[in-house]
Amino acid sequence: MAVETMTLFTSPVSPPRRLRSATSEAPEIKVVLTTIALLFVAIFLLLPLAAVFVEAFRGGIAAYLSAITEPDALTAIRLTLTVAAIAVFCNLVFGVAAAWAIAKFEFKGKSLLTTLIDLPFSVSPVISGLVYVLLFGAQGYLGPWLGERGVQIVFAIPGIVLATIFVTFPFVARELIPLMQEQGTAEEEAALSLGANGWQTFVFVTLPNVKWALLYGVLLCNARAMGEFGAVAVISGKIRGVTNTMPLHVEILYNEYAFSAAFAVASLLALLSLVTLAVKTFLEWRFADGIAVGRSH
Amino acid sequence: MSDAIFMRFRQPSVLPGFGLTLGFTLAYLSGIVLIPLAALILKSAGLGWADIWRIATDARTLAALRLSFGASFIAASINAVFGLLLAWVLVRYSFPGRRLVDAMIDLPFALPTAVAGIALTALYAPNGWIGQLLAPLGLKVAYTPIGIVIALTFISLPFIVRTVEPVLRDLDREIEEAAATLGASRGQTLLRVLLPSLMPAILTGYALALARSIGEYGSVIFIAGNIPYVSEIAPLLIVIRLEEFNYAGATAIAALMLAISFTMLLVINLIQTWNRRRFGHGS
Amino acid sequence: MDIRIEELSKQFGRYPAVENVSLHIRSGELVALLGPSGSGKTTLLRLIAGLEQPTGGRILFGDEDASRKSVQERNVGFVFQHYALFKHMSVADNIGFGLRVRPRAQRPRRADIRARAAELLDLVQLPGYGDRFPAQLSGGQRQRVALARALAIEPRVLLLDEPFGALDAKVRKDLRRWLRELHDKTGHTTVFVTHDQEEAIELADRVVVLNKGVIEQVGTPDEIYDAPASPFVHGFIGEASSLPVTLSNREVWLEDRWTGLRCNGTGEALLFFRPNAVDVVEECTGCIAGVVVGSRRVADRKRVEIEIGKGRHRIEIDLPADRSAAERHRIAFRPTNWHIYPSAVGRVAPARALVDA
Repeated sequence: MAVETMTLFTSPVSPPRRLRSATSEAPEIKVVLTTIALLFVAIFLLLPLAAVFVEAFRGGIAAYLSAITEPDALTAIRLTLTVAAIAVFCNLVFGVAAAWAIAKFEFKGKSLLTTLIDLPFSVSPVISGLVYVLLFGAQGYLGPWLGERGVQIVFAIPGIVLATIFVTFPFVARELIPLMQEQGTAEEEAALSLGANGWQTFVFVTLPNVKWALLYGVLLCNARAMGEFGAVAVISGKIRGVTNTMPLHVEILYNEYAFSAAFAVASLLALLSLVTLAVKTFLEWRFADGIAVGRSH
Repeated sequence: MSDAIFMRFRQPSVLPGFGLTLGFTLAYLSGIVLIPLAALILKSAGLGWADIWRIATDARTLAALRLSFGASFIAASINAVFGLLLAWVLVRYSFPGRRLVDAMIDLPFALPTAVAGIALTALYAPNGWIGQLLAPLGLKVAYTPIGIVIALTFISLPFIVRTVEPVLRDLDREIEEAAATLGASRGQTLLRVLLPSLMPAILTGYALALARSIGEYGSVIFIAGNIPYVSEIAPLLIVIRLEEFNYAGATAIAALMLAISFTMLLVINLIQTWNRRRFGHGS
Repeated sequence: MDIRIEELSKQFGRYPAVENVSLHIRSGELVALLGPSGSGKTTLLRLIAGLEQPTGGRILFGDEDASRKSVQERNVGFVFQHYALFKHMSVADNIGFGLRVRPRAQRPRRADIRARAAELLDLVQLPGYGDRFPAQLSGGQRQRVALARALAIEPRVLLLDEPFGALDAKVRKDLRRWLRELHDKTGHTTVFVTHDQEEAIELADRVVVLNKGVIEQVGTPDEIYDAPASPFVHGFIGEASSLPVTLSNREVWLEDRWTGLRCNGTGEALLFFRPNAVDVVEECTGCIAGVVVGSRRVADRKRVEIEIGKGRHRIEIDLPADRSAAERHRIAFRPTNWHIYPSAVGRVAPARALVDA
């Protein structure tokens, strides 16, 4: 028993344990498994992240600052923010509408619709860009017609926005649907019985109940929208200072062997992803009930 | 009349806004997703079978597809093993920083793929932190298919962890205790009781990881070296064909990949349906 | 406000939840909709509220056809089974919600809404609870907040769906008495749904017994208990024993034996009586007799299980607790209060029994 007490105070890894239980492993095995798992995380996740920041500051602070304040970089940042804002807004409106229809009503073909909403996740980003080129490009189905009217979508900002909307399409909807399904319709019915109209019911009752899930979806949607590379690469034409988003700017700098500058811009995106993860973890920890359970990406 | 048809289409409800929201949902879904995908299918149908067959069996296309699938399978398999281990350690053991590690698992979802691509390349290049350790062993990672596997392992790492984790957490401790009271050793319990219950979740995660890896572009192109027939992945080939204004070529490869992705999606759904029917819960 | 329900029907797909129901609820009455699960009682309540649309028939509030009105326009106070309190709003905001969402012209001032909420909290005996959130309340308190919220809009009728269903036995009893007092004080026309016959009988002015979407009987608790209109009602309300009997020559026969009961009609029928409404007899020329196969104590009585006619029928009767009833003993009795119903297979039989000869 003395030995047991010892482990309680000396081992930082295994939890305090009494007699070896039938449903857990020996402490040595726990230590070995945990170590392997942590090594894997360190090599595959932490090292790449560290590499981004180390490489970014290799040329010193001054070089770092000039890389991210140089005009092309600023244009890229502005474009990324604009595109993400539009894409997130569109998918937010869509997500709320789709969740209302799917979660609050029973109708035929509902599961098919839910599957179709998830479809963009199973499409390669490159293909997501390609489909718009085929539709709106100079040789596409609608391209010539739009061209005559002076509307350019491919190799222009509308194309980037469309491709971004496509790849981030399901994010908000898939966070809201399971949660709203779980919440049922009793509170909405109560509001209606108290005289509220549809809009009041939605604003005063439904929305407050899903606000954290909404924020969660928007957060993930935004991270992907700002970071999307493949789909945007295909459709943007990569016109420097015009249709270059931040990830595309990173690529161009990298291919020009301006490694430090590339990593400097990349570090901004990495920072964004860290903030996203932090807020996401906070939401999951603080508002676990407010975001849907049993989520899988 | 139309009212009666409508009633059969959906169960009546006192809540308003069904027509508006469903209408908008369908219009938006069609405009953003379905019509553009239909354009791709239409375009490839216009090519005719002979052309598609010619492009699909072109040696360079075949090499690219083989590489994309091969590397994806290897990456997903690596993640099946380590993802299961990670999920297990995160759910069952407590250690300092567990919450932080758990949060970090989603990094590949949050980190833009281009950033991941250049970071991994910097690490595994012959003069990189890891690359210079491996170089003396004669192991070259960056600019080879091994590099592709590394990149795909990175981006598909969260899938299996995140599908297994909730199932493992909800798993009733009593079934393990029951196995123990029936005389099963810990190893037997893990292998015969726990693993089968986790299998549907592992398969779902595996399929998701696979689907994501096959389509991945951003993180791979930096580390791959992109040598035709050797380290050129299928999505890159689409981009190359597109830059050559060879729309037919790009479309044919895209249609092939899309067909494969949809099959994958179907498999995921079947696993989940089967799972629900058999165990009474989804994964 | 009186409510008139005329030939109301509701189908879910092919399944008829409520079939051709007609009912008149008088102003100020407290009415229970009683039935087993799936009897359509909740559907009927939701139809009255306007939460469901009927597939046939109509509902009148006073002289006005309510079935053409939306749920908002009907001005009903609905208390949901699981209360459906707005989790993110304080108790006072929950209660004030119905006033807050009124069109601007009819909307009371903020302070008035606040005052009204406080007043209602006093009424439901939760003074000072306004700033709490639903999660901080017990089940019984939530129930009362839900009621206050429904009352805030000055509803024309008050509808409660299984109002005590989710509460434990003690709280349930207290709330039941309290709801009765509240009803007597405010005088709202009130309809509540329950599957608990004891609750319906204790609380309601009149009870509507539903089964499979159809009304079996409407009556005061006394009528429902003492003169059940159908075997279903008899079996559902209180304890009941039943035996298949034959009617001939104004006499009720059990197999080849006269039961000592007289009744009009001929043919196969079912005899219903309550275990506590029997006379045990020593010598019998007209009686029901059988062998004791078991007994147990029920409150202050002894309940004895009796096998009649070679084990084909088992019924129960109550005896004084001190009376011995050893197993295998033969015992004879005659029901004092009983009912005859047409049996499922019987063709001709009377609806109502004569009083015992």
